[in-house]
Amino acid sequence: MAMKKGILALAISAALGVSTTAYADIVIGVAGPHTGPSAAIGEQYWRGASLAAEDINAAGGINGEKIKLVKGDDACEPKQAVTVANRLVDQEEVVGVIGHYCSSSTIPASEVYEDAGVLTITPGSTNPLVTERKLEIMFRLCGRDDQQGQVAADYIIDRLKATKVAIIHDKDTYGQGLADAAKARLNQRGVTEVLYEGLTRGEKDFNALVTKLRNLKTEVVYFGGLHPEAGPLVRQMREQGLNANFISGDGIVTDAFVTTAGGPQFAKGVLMTFGADPRVIPEGKAVVERLRATGYEPEGYTLYSYAALQVMAAAFKAVESTDGVEASTWLKANPVQTVMGKKEFDTKGDLKVTDYVMYQWDDQGKYHQQP
Amino acid sequence: MDGIFLQQLVNGLTLGAVYGLIAIGYTMVYGVIGMINFAHGEVYMISAYLCAISLAVLGFFGLDSFPLLMLFTLVFTLTVTGVYGWVIERIAYRPLRHSTRLAPLISAIGISLILQNYVQLSQGARQQGVPTLLEGAFRFSIGDDFLQISYTKIFILLAAFVGMAVLTYIIQYTRLGRMCRATQQDRKMAQILGINTDRVISLVFVIGATMAALAGVLITLNYGTFDFYAGFIIGVKAFTAAVLGGIGSLPGAMLGGLILGLSEAQFSSMVNTDYKDVFSFSLLVLILIFRPQGLLGRPQVVKV
Repeated sequence: MAMKKGILALAISAALGVSTTAYADIVIGVAGPHTGPSAAIGEQYWRGASLAAEDINAAGGINGEKIKLVKGDDACEPKQAVTVANRLVDQEEVVGVIGHYCSSSTIPASEVYEDAGVLTITPGSTNPLVTERKLEIMFRLCGRDDQQGQVAADYIIDRLKATKVAIIHDKDTYGQGLADAAKARLNQRGVTEVLYEGLTRGEKDFNALVTKLRNLKTEVVYFGGLHPEAGPLVRQMREQGLNANFISGDGIVTDAFVTTAGGPQFAKGVLMTFGADPRVIPEGKAVVERLRATGYEPEGYTLYSYAALQVMAAAFKAVESTDGVEASTWLKANPVQTVMGKKEFDTKGDLKVTDYVMYQWDDQGKYHQQP
Repeated sequence: MDGIFLQQLVNGLTLGAVYGLIAIGYTMVYGVIGMINFAHGEVYMISAYLCAISLAVLGFFGLDSFPLLMLFTLVFTLTVTGVYGWVIERIAYRPLRHSTRLAPLISAIGISLILQNYVQLSQGARQQGVPTLLEGAFRFSIGDDFLQISYTKIFILLAAFVGMAVLTYIIQYTRLGRMCRATQQDRKMAQILGINTDRVISLVFVIGATMAALAGVLITLNYGTFDFYAGFIIGVKAFTAAVLGGIGSLPGAMLGGLILGLSEAQFSSMVNTDYKDVFSFSLLVLILIFRPQGLLGRPQVVKV
């Protein structure tokens, strides 16, 4: 009986807690893979957004109200993403969402946000469909896979001068979309791939595929997917004596890629496309240093997430409300200053200017922009 | 036979040997209590973490000779994982032994969720990794092609087959093994003859967990990376292997694992990687149509 009372008290206090915060603050969801194989990216999102919220609150908040961030964990699972989106909208009563990460999660979740009129900015979903569905509230702060794949394909042809290219993807919206974009550009420029196959997310043994690549005398492997599969794939290529170039996209921009590859000796030389390093943009210098002071290197999407909250705050301030549709209309007409420089959106919600460049991992487990 | 075929043979054998080791746990538990241990994949996952922890601690003390590292890591991982197996039986199976058949199945799924979330909370959700311990490879030239087998793969094949041989010896020729086989044939009769069947059942869980731990150490060495969800896919594959070989049969589990590994490798080599699982499961369906008891399984005889 005593235990029952305790649970009741807990339930009441929890309910009170939710209702008080909902009135006093502006609640914004940070949705992405906070758990699961891609949790490293979720951490980047959360670190960036947390610092931004701290800074904006210190400067007076939005329209006199403080920002309160809540986590929404989709683990990169589309089904869970919809559940999380509904929870954020109905229970947490968010007025804005920074998220999600995996395009296969962002696409279904954004339908929920559209219905609720909640402004949504994704720092890292690159599949073209994210902004191609005429949603009013959807924005993205990164480039698109059709641009990213094109940059990689041009690099393969112009710089690596390779003709035997194998294309591998992970059968997911992001991975296959990226692989298809690269494939389209390669084919358009007269290079036909020697192999186009999909592997299964969550598996670790790709030896059979690697042997096949070796047999085809592959010069370049283009991989559309994320680091949990990219790492073992590279390692098994090297272990079987296949020294072909390995190129992937923004799905491997985390030092967890080096971990999954079994160390820098395997990750070394791997190429990837990603936006020009936001850490060297002058506007973001102070933020980068403060994050480094906490012992966290703001790699990958950390600054994108910081900038996403800045963009959202700017829009809410400008229209003096948290209405998603009004904020969206304003964002499509006005540029915003962020830690990543000035950002302008087109009528779809994509950035007007994107800048994919090629990076390479070195033998120390770090990546550098290719000249 | 060309280099590619041989290379795929090696790929398939290493993969299959590991499937076989994990399948042993499923098949032995089914043999004695007629139920599937759905927490078995998680036992494998736990062992991967234990292996990494052990390697990290030993590395901290400056131990860097491969045989010694392996010895300590194997002893530590196998023992602690064995304890996990014992605890799972105690919590999820024994209290429910006389309830409906579905109850322990559900409680095992519960245990599997608990273990996943416990590891995720205590170890973090990120991908974990161990450094490469054994680098280098044998390389044989065959025509204008070559066959490359890393030392790690050779170690895996050796360790897996030694593990299976030791287990076969224990089951076939020792008192312990006789008790296991007696319990498997007829639990009530074994009990009447003075065998402590509760202890045998506990023991079977421990043996199954130990074999999964051996697989866990080998896989961790080979792929170097794992996370708290790693038990799921490999658990499904090993379960498939156990059914393919005939669930309840020890040699069947090993054979099933090897067949599954080899067929996956050869199919992705000759046809397409996208559909290798479709092929494996079609193979399973075909075998079950013509031999419902699996390759080496005994048909169920209803006792009257």
